[in-house]
Amino acid sequence: MFKYFPHTENDLFAMKAKIGIRNTADLFRDIPENVAFRRDYDIPSAMSEIELRKHLEALAAENKTPIVFSGMGAYDHYNPAIIAQLVNREEFLTAYTPYQPEVAQGTLQYIFEFQSMVAMLSGMEVANASMYDGATATAEAMFMGLAIAKRNKFLVSATVSPFVLDVIKTYAHFRGVEIVMVPMKDGVIDRDELLALIGDDIAGLIVQKPNFYGIIEDYTGIADQLHAKKAILIENNDISTLAVLKTPSDDGADIACGDCQSLGMPLAFGGPYLGYMATKKAYARKLPGRIVGQSFDKNGKRAYVLTLQAREQHIRREKANSNICSNQSLMALYATIYLALMGPDGLKEVNEMAYSGAHYLYDELLKTGKFFVAFEQPFLKEFVVKTSLPPDLIRHALDEAGMFAAVVIDETASGMQMLLNFAVTEKRTKKEIDCLVAVLGGLSC
Amino acid sequence: MLNYDRLVFEQSVKGRKGYSLLNNTYPSKYQMADLGAKLRLKTVPLPELSELDVVRHYTLLSQKNFGVETGFYPLGSCTMKYNPKINEELAALPGFTRIHPLQYPSSIQGTLKIYRYLSEMLSEIVGMDAFTLNPFAGAHGELTGLMIMKQYHLNRQDFKRTKVIVPDAAHGTNPASSAVAGMDIIEIPSTASGLVDIEQLKAVLNDDVAGMMLTNPNTLGIFDRNICEICRLVHEAGGLMYYDGANLNALLGQARPGDMGFDIVHVNLHKTFSTPHGGGGPGSGPVGVKKKLAHLLPGPQVKETDGFCYIETSAESIGRVSGFFGNTLVWIRAYAYILTLGKENIKQVGELATINANYVKESLKDDYLLPIEGPCMHECVFDGLLDKSTNVTTLDIAKRLLDFGYHAPTIYFPLLFHQSIMIEPTETESKQTLDDFIAVMKTVAKEAKEHPDIVKEAPHATLVSRIDEVYAAKKMILTYQDLLEENAKINEVK
Amino acid sequence: MSKVVEGLYYAQSHEWLKVEGNIGIIGVSDFAQAQLGSIVFVDLPEVGIQVTKEVEFGAVESVKAASDLLSPISGVVIENNQAVIDDPELINKDAFANWLIKVEIANPSEIDQLLSAADYRSISK
Repeated sequence: MFKYFPHTENDLFAMKAKIGIRNTADLFRDIPENVAFRRDYDIPSAMSEIELRKHLEALAAENKTPIVFSGMGAYDHYNPAIIAQLVNREEFLTAYTPYQPEVAQGTLQYIFEFQSMVAMLSGMEVANASMYDGATATAEAMFMGLAIAKRNKFLVSATVSPFVLDVIKTYAHFRGVEIVMVPMKDGVIDRDELLALIGDDIAGLIVQKPNFYGIIEDYTGIADQLHAKKAILIENNDISTLAVLKTPSDDGADIACGDCQSLGMPLAFGGPYLGYMATKKAYARKLPGRIVGQSFDKNGKRAYVLTLQAREQHIRREKANSNICSNQSLMALYATIYLALMGPDGLKEVNEMAYSGAHYLYDELLKTGKFFVAFEQPFLKEFVVKTSLPPDLIRHALDEAGMFAAVVIDETASGMQMLLNFAVTEKRTKKEIDCLVAVLGGLSC
Repeated sequence: MLNYDRLVFEQSVKGRKGYSLLNNTYPSKYQMADLGAKLRLKTVPLPELSELDVVRHYTLLSQKNFGVETGFYPLGSCTMKYNPKINEELAALPGFTRIHPLQYPSSIQGTLKIYRYLSEMLSEIVGMDAFTLNPFAGAHGELTGLMIMKQYHLNRQDFKRTKVIVPDAAHGTNPASSAVAGMDIIEIPSTASGLVDIEQLKAVLNDDVAGMMLTNPNTLGIFDRNICEICRLVHEAGGLMYYDGANLNALLGQARPGDMGFDIVHVNLHKTFSTPHGGGGPGSGPVGVKKKLAHLLPGPQVKETDGFCYIETSAESIGRVSGFFGNTLVWIRAYAYILTLGKENIKQVGELATINANYVKESLKDDYLLPIEGPCMHECVFDGLLDKSTNVTTLDIAKRLLDFGYHAPTIYFPLLFHQSIMIEPTETESKQTLDDFIAVMKTVAKEAKEHPDIVKEAPHATLVSRIDEVYAAKKMILTYQDLLEENAKINEVK
Repeated sequence: MSKVVEGLYYAQSHEWLKVEGNIGIIGVSDFAQAQLGSIVFVDLPEVGIQVTKEVEFGAVESVKAASDLLSPISGVVIENNQAVIDDPELINKDAFANWLIKVEIANPSEIDQLLSAADYRSISK
């Protein structure tokens, strides 16, 4: 017998007798003969745990794990040890969506705590139980905006991450939503162009803060301009930064969305991460996905339960605003534990360290004379600079030094200058930064 | 701490701290406070706790949960099989967790190879030619697959094909995904046994049909023996066939959707390929397609030349549906699972799952109403108790099972019956476990007759009893802040 | 057995219409509220919105179901019932006393296409 199959010959004999069949093939008699699969799959033979471990360890060893100095939606923040220990408890790990609340209060309560924490960070009134990632959360926020404004055209700032933008465009293309890009000026949204584009047919505007270039844009007044035309503002944020930056609520946003990867989740080649979405209470019924609410059991004991379910696909079917079912529940637990551990001061310190490190790196790079200011704009932990060094040279040198940084994000039309991305988290040290600058400063064409 | 009932916020004590960070050794001129008006005014009211406070709080919460290892979890349509431990350990290897999604291909060959290998193995298992692992969950896979379907017709300048046929017995995600992909739904009624009604299908086949979504075995756990005919009819009408992989477990070793005529397939790795459900995700919903659709798969795509893997997105791709490469650590677990089973064992999955489901079905049909005779596949559906004279409902039975330490089956789905109880035992459960469960189901049926109030008032042994869902929906207490406001209101009244 | 009030007009989709001059008062039937169970949310159009016969104008939600409201008649909304918006369960208490919207009837000939109380009683069993 195989270790995951408990059936002995005697078991099978007794079970077949009960079912009233001699041969298990009788159970599959509805499968037409011409499509019945009668051979072995052309896949490898079974591996013992020992072989499997060696095989995957060898594959893992083919990946290089450099010191990470880039971001662009995936940040190398520290993941405290307790998170992995707690989320791997089987009661959290192997449970399904909490449809039976009497035996799922653990899941339901942490989702309630997560919703509360997202609301605190974003300044919004309600949040859902999670979305897949920041990009899909933003696309779904756009759909929510269509339902609120009952219009079919969305503005998107050119300073939104291209990874997020691509997902927005894919979703919009198939749903028949018109996307109009608002150009940027000096690394931030062009206010004059924006004002000219806000018309009576616009459902809303999508912006990002800090934006794709790491710049902390000032969105003061934009929400009012949109609201005057009955359009809405959607703001995408790296949620970790909201511990210190003005919130989307301060900016007058109607929907806040983005990624929570920066809250205790490993880089993991892009997933699993965690999307979030928060909004005003008046729009709660337009939110996609699961929402947990507090209630009482029949003995008056405080309890939590999935609520406002009439919004969802299993009830509304084609009339649902979203098709989301499974989300990223366990990742919401990552974020919740992380935030409980860090508290208000810890998350602020994380951002302060990142700020100091990023600004130190920025100045040191400029000092080398090989990197130049791209935009004179404020930033937090991530920024871009210009250089005339060839990208392959930079890549190769950093690779040799065990570092990952300076991802090329924009090659200008002249072909002479390009934008490079850098990000610094609280995990980086001054020594590591000095090392990076030494490598890059030593390069020449 | 048996009755521990606090929210993490209620455990907070000002001044406590649960973290430690590096000392800030940067020159003191770098101060975040310089951002001035860009900064938020008020500190975030997050809780303040020691490390043990946090560990204990979430440990206590975990004890209010029920997982596959806690006990039998026969939740129909969800395939709650054992989630092997070794997969957790391997997916957590630093080589996999510490790589940035934008690293250069030469530095991430290990993960890119797994992407390729798993795509190839899934292609072989479901009979497709190419796969994307990027979709995050089953519903996300559906959406991706439908986008591919729509783009296929658009590229052929066949603009009128905007409708998707969905049987009324389908999972709710099918019509919802169609709508999100910008397609209209044609819902067709099923036969009394939940199968596709061929005449109904013929009646709606037209040159405006983009394709059809189908789960096979269907949501009643029955294999549709007309599947080849269905695929032929839809293809002749110019449509594509979409396979909803929610019930793929039954087919492992028995049949392949690709051989039946399906063009697009999504697979739920968190069902068939044993990755943990995580309380509702992260899942993974890879999408496979036949060769003629391969160029439409979403980006980023992982390709290979002479053993070297690289990232490139074809110009005809539908575009991105995810920020990066989907739930990478989830698909690494599925890869480990398939290698553990290997070709020798994976072919037995469908057979053993099916024997288990039929064994439960045969053992319970004297107490529960079996609406459809004949063999089922990986799951069986009852329509409530055989004897309904005491008005004990399916909900009551589900709640009573919790008292006996079992998770409830899926209830009130499929919608075809009023009192559906859908049981999916999976291949990893033993005859002893099933016998114990059957005995409990029989006990509950007996109680329903003799002491119906015990069942109607259930659960009795859980930490909380039945919860007032109307209160939750009306009051909308969705955050701790709401809760504080509601408490303040109550105190005011007092 | 659900209640059906004489003298009103009914739609197949379980809305009722009471005609007072050129004003139509619209609600959901007792049968519909019983099918839904405890109603927790009502979505109604604002004053001035145009509603069209057999076209969705709002929705009612219970904990486990949602039902679109189809207008039995075309017209312009002149009032919506704030009491029902504030306390949706009023509909469960009395589906006929607690109307949803009042409209100025655009086309009185549409009234004839609706069901009588007797006809509606036969389909709402």
